[in-house]
Amino acid sequence: MADLEAALSVALQGAKGPGALVPVLQRLQGELGYLPGPALEEVARRLGIPPARVFGVATFYSQFSLKPKGKHLVRVCLGTACHVRGAPQILAELSRQLEVGEDGLSRDGLVSLEEVRCLGACALGPVVVVDGEYWGRMTPAKVTQLVRALRERGKGEA
Amino acid sequence: MRLRGPEELAELRERVGRGPPLTVAVCGGTGCRAFGAEAVLSTLRREIDRAGLSGDIGVKMTGCHGFCERGPIVVVRPQGLFYPGLKPEHVPRLVESLRRDRLMEELLYVDPVSGRRIAREEEVPFYQGQQRVVLAANGHLDPTSIQDYIATGGYAALAKALQMPPEEVIEEIKRSGLRGRGGAGFPTGRKWEFCRAAPGQKKYVICNADEGDPGAYMDRSVLEGNPHSVIEGMLIGAYAIGADEGYVYVRAEYPLAVKHLRTAITQAEELGLLGENILGSGFSFRLHVFEGAGAFVCGEETALLASIEGRRGQPRPRPPFPAQKGLWGRPTNINNVETWANVPHIIARGADWFRSLGTEGSPGTKIFSLTGKVRNTGLVEVPMGITLREIIFGIGGGPPEGKAFKAVQIGGPSGGCLPEELLDLPVDYESLTGAGAMMGSGGMVVLDEDACMVDMARFFLEFTQAESCGQCPPCRLGTKRMLEILTRITEGRGREGDLEVLEELGWGVKEASLCALGGTAPNPVLSTLRYFRAEYQAHLEGRCPARACRALITYRIDEEICVGCGACAKVCPQGAISGEPGQPHRITVELCIRCGACLAACPKGAIRVA
Repeated sequence: MADLEAALSVALQGAKGPGALVPVLQRLQGELGYLPGPALEEVARRLGIPPARVFGVATFYSQFSLKPKGKHLVRVCLGTACHVRGAPQILAELSRQLEVGEDGLSRDGLVSLEEVRCLGACALGPVVVVDGEYWGRMTPAKVTQLVRALRERGKGEA
Repeated sequence: MRLRGPEELAELRERVGRGPPLTVAVCGGTGCRAFGAEAVLSTLRREIDRAGLSGDIGVKMTGCHGFCERGPIVVVRPQGLFYPGLKPEHVPRLVESLRRDRLMEELLYVDPVSGRRIAREEEVPFYQGQQRVVLAANGHLDPTSIQDYIATGGYAALAKALQMPPEEVIEEIKRSGLRGRGGAGFPTGRKWEFCRAAPGQKKYVICNADEGDPGAYMDRSVLEGNPHSVIEGMLIGAYAIGADEGYVYVRAEYPLAVKHLRTAITQAEELGLLGENILGSGFSFRLHVFEGAGAFVCGEETALLASIEGRRGQPRPRPPFPAQKGLWGRPTNINNVETWANVPHIIARGADWFRSLGTEGSPGTKIFSLTGKVRNTGLVEVPMGITLREIIFGIGGGPPEGKAFKAVQIGGPSGGCLPEELLDLPVDYESLTGAGAMMGSGGMVVLDEDACMVDMARFFLEFTQAESCGQCPPCRLGTKRMLEILTRITEGRGREGDLEVLEELGWGVKEASLCALGGTAPNPVLSTLRYFRAEYQAHLEGRCPARACRALITYRIDEEICVGCGACAKVCPQGAISGEPGQPHRITVELCIRCGACLAACPKGAIRVA
């Protein structure tokens, strides 16, 4: 896998010892979009850390994903301020309209739906971040707009 | 250019101090950016250029001004003219008004309480009740410019500290009475003293910027808006303790804070304010940024250390404390962002000045993020000892839409919910803990009559249960069982004796857990049981008094009020609403998923929830 080799060399550049593990995994995920098992085994070998420990770290932190993600990332803030302003309804609506399964992917595989705990944009609550773009003061009606916009984007790219 | 001594720093300050006579400051906090601040900034630059005023009017993007509710915030200095909610299309008029030295009356802030137009920032009630120390420079500085920071006195406290013996620096911090702003409130000076006294050549200082409490974002705003103040605080601490290396452990969810911090570190290195032989003092210090990978428990200091060492973020028993055995087994001092940012002010202005703010036991100011059901969402810096009422109603303007105040949730998932009767409680470490809440990192979420307290308790427990690292059984199993009971209750399947079991489990988890995550996780449950027990009781009887728990409510349309406009039917995702145009509509209860879309869409207020 040439891609994997290139990603590994970016991720491991200048990395030494066990203390480098978290930043290495962050860079690797930045390159590949997720952390495939063979890549984790390579990281373990090259950093001289037992694979069990690498997998332990990769599964402990919520930032890391061992499965590929959708093309678009929709993150719903479930922080307290968003919660009291109706975030659970927004999440439920998004999940229903996008037909999101157990794996967090929409049925068409285009969208990953994630829950986050506070983005610190409480004044915008309930807030949803779509590929880095903030959608503030969400309502169930705005969810319908958002889903339509995502589907349009999906069509444009297909 | 490297500054070789304090004189060269003072010379640089002289040189960079002169700017254009007028400056338009656009808030660049995450909230204001989401409201479109960047478009306002670029339009401003273009229009000022076009008017040929670039020499007279400076434009800068500053850190968070705190009044996030009204973004994007624009302030014209030195007059302090305050234009909230400015849009790019307003910019040409703004530039014209500046050229003619006029006010743009129609774009000024209107106080929702008095209905008055207010021209100047300092007269806005949201700011009037505040006393800003840590946040003082936020709306003034361009956080990506070290010159800006130096021009307003930045790094003078470092220069001063480097001329004092380290012990004296510690003594000054001890005398100031500064306590950890991350939550527990441990005296900062004593923490430094332990670390200095610990045997060992190699020592570390760490800034804990793993701000995980939902609803709290002051640390992010300080890092985004004034990163040099944190770096300067850490430099002073490192000098006092005898550390030569440090880390800022920052949440990966805060990309702008990471970016500004990295820029600031590079700038400080270029000027020789970080690195070898700082300002010719012989003191050397290197600073790294470590991005967290998303684990709430890493706010706990031993878990944070494990994370930097490349392990799972699991806490370990203390002692040994990090001051004795910390990062890589070396003595390590960990303080939170706001604590570090207070340090330069204390050294520059003295411990007595600091003690003149706040209360005897809790001196200084504290930043709260006031969020939830409150008119003025934003960051509020107030002297300790001010009452909750002054913050929530005086500065925050109370709940919007005439709703009744119900409770305030303080201290995040480790804190508690306090009812209206306690609104006159002074805000300091001891009072809050005594009432069953906690200072925590300073999240303050206002709840109005629509909030269900059982649901709030379940919400927080769901959070802590998911974030429990799973290492010690009381926390791992206890929070799980408590969550199961709370979920049952909110779904209308509560049983006799549930509340007693919740209390017993809660105290057990508190007493027996290894770290503060488990030690405080039951607080939201225990405090709501203490102050809102009747609401739990109602759920056991099949009612949710706040009409928030979906399993316990139904939606219907009041046919007397409905005008048959069809707005509800159009938004209903289930197609559960039917009716002829102009005739009262109906909800088919079996199809209704109680999403609330119709409630939000109805222009007449005809949707009833019971």
